[in-house]
Parts: sequence; structure tokens; C-alpha cells
Amino acid sequence: MSASQASSPKSGGAKVLPDELGHFGPYGGRFVPENLMPALEELHAAYLTAQQDPAFSEELEDLLANYAGRPTPLYEAKNLSKALGGGRIFLKREDLTHTGAHKINNALGQVLLAKRMGKKRIIAETGAGQHGVATATVAALMGLECMVYMGTLDMERQALNVTRMQMLGATVAPVTSGSCSLKDATTQAIRDWVTNVKDTHYIIGSVVGPHPYPMLVRDFQSVIGNEARAQLLEREGKLPKAAVACVGAGSNAIGLFHPLLNDPVDLIGVEAAGHGLESGEHSASLTAGRPGVLHGSSLYLLQDPDGQIIEAYSMAAGLDYPGVGPEHSYLKDIERATYATVDDKAAVQAFMDLARYEGIIPALESSHALAHLKDLAPRYAKDDIILVCLSGRGDKDVSQVAAYLEKQK
Amino acid sequence: MKPVIREKFAAAAEQGRAAFVPYVTGGFPNADTCLELITALDELGSEVIEVGLPFSDPLADGPTIQLSSQRALEAGATPANVLATMERAAAKTQAALVAMTYVNPVLAMGYGEFAKRASGSGVSGVIIPDLPPEEAGEWLDACQTHGLDPVFMAAPGTPMERLDRILAVGGGFLYYVSMDGVTGTELELPPERLAAMQKVRARSSLPVAVGFGVATAAQAKALAPVADGVVVGSALVRQVHQADSPQAAVEAVSRLAGELRQALVR
Repeated sequence: MSASQASSPKSGGAKVLPDELGHFGPYGGRFVPENLMPALEELHAAYLTAQQDPAFSEELEDLLANYAGRPTPLYEAKNLSKALGGGRIFLKREDLTHTGAHKINNALGQVLLAKRMGKKRIIAETGAGQHGVATATVAALMGLECMVYMGTLDMERQALNVTRMQMLGATVAPVTSGSCSLKDATTQAIRDWVTNVKDTHYIIGSVVGPHPYPMLVRDFQSVIGNEARAQLLEREGKLPKAAVACVGAGSNAIGLFHPLLNDPVDLIGVEAAGHGLESGEHSASLTAGRPGVLHGSSLYLLQDPDGQIIEAYSMAAGLDYPGVGPEHSYLKDIERATYATVDDKAAVQAFMDLARYEGIIPALESSHALAHLKDLAPRYAKDDIILVCLSGRGDKDVSQVAAYLEKQK
Repeated sequence: MKPVIREKFAAAAEQGRAAFVPYVTGGFPNADTCLELITALDELGSEVIEVGLPFSDPLADGPTIQLSSQRALEAGATPANVLATMERAAAKTQAALVAMTYVNPVLAMGYGEFAKRASGSGVSGVIIPDLPPEEAGEWLDACQTHGLDPVFMAAPGTPMERLDRILAVGGGFLYYVSMDGVTGTELELPPERLAAMQKVRARSSLPVAVGFGVATAAQAKALAPVADGVVVGSALVRQVHQADSPQAAVEAVSRLAGELRQALVR
């Protein structure tokens, strides 16, 4: 049984991806300096062994349930549905997990792997700080040393999360190269890993990086889609017609999509158009980029004609990454998923709308998925279910949104 | 005819030396000075000269080379114009020229087109640290078609079976990364590390050049008996960063490179 067969029991009869070398069609793979190869092999082997070990899944399930607060609710947003007209909107409430975003699902899975591998030190990159907080949290829980790389621009706009990480005992290492955001933090984390590979595990926060990361992050995040699917079948007796999630590098979206790949469900990812696609200041790698290699795997990328990486922009720090994971890149090419874009302005409007209609303040990242519902919901019949991943909560964003609205006055 | 990398290593060995393999960042501090640096390094007897084609996100490089890449890109360096500089250099140098870059700029040009243009510019080999053998099929074909040596890396943690696979596809020389780390990290050379290098060298069908962190004549001297060649990058690039004029940069690089090369006599 291959890794992904074992890990995706609900994926039915479709071709199992990735292949042995981590390829999703032409994407994925393992494009890293030779020093990292043994660590990637070790991680892959540890993951395969863990999957065969009932003790691993028991421990993970226990933590997900009793520490992270799973299963998360599936909430029907009736006021929003009514306001938009069209399908019934259901929100998968990842914002209600411990630490406030879906990132904890993956951080818990990976920290258990790190423990099994006997690693003493955890490193991570973070953009919005949600993955950094999740990693700092699980490191504190397991008594491991933790270092989180974060661009100085993101440290400024997500100051609250910096403090949270520090309180949890992590060291936040400021990254000042390039765009001073998620891409550069990732590069710096990989450099740390190359240097300290023997005793350090790198908890990548999204479905990017060299094999096996896109696979294992997907598997740990698939709890989102698996739960939502079961919740809908139990409560409504049917599957959704559409599943919608924001896409930065793509972890909450793949977690929602993967368990639905073989179902007749429209899968729609929403990328950040930032100041607008035509402005060149956006993070819409699938919509406006082309295939290339960044951070160890082949994927859609924002790059110039010479192959230099272009800095991504979004008001949402967690979407501000110039690539989208290999599995999304593949789903786009085979047209199994489609990808739309939403700009800063529309995302802020959706942020405010959800607060007013439903009493829920969403993360700016998740607000991109919500904003797309304006276009999407009316296209569905009123009995159709539209499943949306509310990937995180918006406490971290309130001062940024307030300042934005002030400026618009 | 382009210089043949293996012959350069053989010639150094005949003279009782490990080959000297300096690195400069292409287009840094500017195209003309970069050309002068290559020429100066050739004149002082370098066997192979590595020229970096700057990439925006150089994963395997430490702060010194990363910053030089960023500066070069700001000054307008592109893969095409650095290859043009290498072509100008090739016309007047004896050393074998090797391009070092990352896979994305190569992909952007296309493996075949890149190999063709590199070879046509007088480049003898190409190092792509983030392109391991399992992903390199198309690249290896392109290198064969265009007469380029695909230079691969091995690291202290590389298992022997993997080393054999790397050696089976690699050309020119084996770039042995001295330690876990990025370029320019401080290098220590305890006996077990030297012994590990010797073991790799004994197994290798290609000449083995050791690099990453080599900065002093003492280190070069310690490596000379266990390696076929020694790569020096960040230490030279640091001289360029610190110099207050292009002329001073060429002088400082030449001075340090001269000392290091001298130390490679066995």
C-alpha cells in the first residue's frame, strides 16, 4: 500500500497521487540541495511507518479532539445565504479550533512525527502568523525548542501573533531579505534546516516544499473535508454542489478539496488579487503565473521572464506567497478545480459582511473565499449546498481592517 | 575547443596540487568588474572558475552570496548577460568555466536552450544545487547534446548507494559539500570530517572538489591532501562586498585567491 492510499481512505478509486517521487502530474517532486535528501527520506519513512502504527493515529485523533477542539462545527450561514441569494452556504468552522485556524491540524500531525524521529528542535516559517502560532503551540506542548521565521513586514502587520508566539516560548526570527514576507521566511527556514538538519524538524505550514511535504500536509489537513463531508451527509443527507476555499499556497483548500475529489462537487479556490491583477500587485499564482520551481517543488509561480521570483502581494499576509502547491497546480491543469480571484477591497467587504450578518469575524484570508460567494452563490439553486472553509478567525486582522476602512473614508 | 574540466584537475594533480576552484557571483559588483575578477583568477592559475548566475531565492547560499546575488540582480544581471560575460571571459582564459545557478532560471530558458547557450558561451560545466539526479532526466539529455558537464553535489549525509547514483550521472567533478549548511558557514575540519572526504574520494570515479565554508589558507592546506580540488566562494565574494572600489575588489580577491591557491600544494 502506498503512502497516499493509506492516508486517503476516502479518495475512492481515482489515481493515487503523488507518485513515489512526489509528483502530481508534472508538478511536485524534490528540488532541494543534496544535504536535505537524507532528511526528506527520513521524514517520508517516518510518515509511512506512523501510518501503519495505530498508536500514531490514536494519539493524533486524541489531540485533535481534546486539544484542538475537533470536530469543528459546520454552520449554516442563513443570513448570509439569504442576503446573497442562491445556494445554502455552510461554513466549516476551522476558526473555532485551538489557536484559531486550520494550521493546528498540520502542526499537531507533524510534531508527532518530529517526536517519533527524535528531533529536539522545531522550525517553521509563517506569514500571517497562524502557522507560527500553531507550531509554537505544539512545540510548547511537546517541550521542544522552537524557532519561527517571519518577514519583518509580516511581523509589523501581525504584531499580535508575534507576541503570541513569544509567549508560547518560541523565538521569532525576523527575516529582512527580499519582500520581507512569507516567501523569504520560507527560504530562510530552509537554510536553517540545511544547516541543522540532524536534530531539527521543519514544520512546513502549507502544501508546498519538497516531497513528502505536499502529501503529508494535505493528509493532515484532509480532516477538514472528511469531517465536513460526513457532517453534511449526516445532517442533510447529501453532498455539497460546491466547495470553496481561499488559496495562498493552498493548505486549507486542499484539505477541503481532497476528500471531495471523487464526488460530483465543484471545487473552487480563491486567490488574492491584491490591488487587482492588472496592477501586478497580487498573489494569484495559478491565475497569472506559470510553472516553475520554488522551495523544493515544481508548481505555478509568479516569476519574471528570466525565472526570478516576483514578490507576491495581498493585504492578507497568509495569502502573500508567490506559488501555489503542486496538487492545486495539477488540479488546475486537469480542470478538476477552478480558481477565481478576489481583491483586497472585496475581501474587506466580505469580512465586514460576515461580521454583520452572522456575528463571525473571519480571517482576511478566509474573507477571500467568502467574497467570491457574491458571484458564486446566485449561480446555484436554493436547495444546493455551498461548502465554504472558514479557515481562520479574524481577531488578528481587526486593527488592519479598521485602518483600511479609515483610509477609504 | 573548450577546456575539459577533468583535464584541469589532472593537470593540477600532476603538479602536486589540489585544483583551485574559485567562485564569483556573475554581474557583481557589475558586469565589467566581474569579467576582471574572472580574468584575474585565471591569471593566478585557477583550474576551474565558477560563475554564479544570480537567482532571487538562492536556497543553498548563505548571507554573503545571497546579498551579492541580490545586488547583481539590482544592477541588471540576467542569465543571458552573465553568460555573455562568461563568453567574453572564455575568449581569453585558460581555466574551465562552470556556471552555477538554480533550477528555476534554467527552466525559464528551457533545459535545452540553456545548455545550448551555456555551451556556446564557452562554459564547460553547470552546477544546479536544487536539481538532484532524480529530477534531472531532461537536463542530462540537454547536457549530453550540447557537450556540457552536469556537475552534481554530494553531502556528508549522502548514503553510499546514493553517492554511486550521483556519480553515475554526474560529469566534470563531484562537488562535495563540506558540511550541513549553506555557503559561507564557518568550517571546522576535525579528523573524522577529513576521513569522510577521503572515503568519498576513494569511491569516486570523478575528481572530488570540496566546497562550502573554505575561507583560509590553513583550511585549504588541510583539504589539499584529501580532495582533488577546493572550492572557495563566500570568502572571495566577501572581499568584493568590503572593497570600496571595483579596483580594490579585484586586488583584494586576487590577494586572497593567491594565498589560497598557494596553500593547495600537497
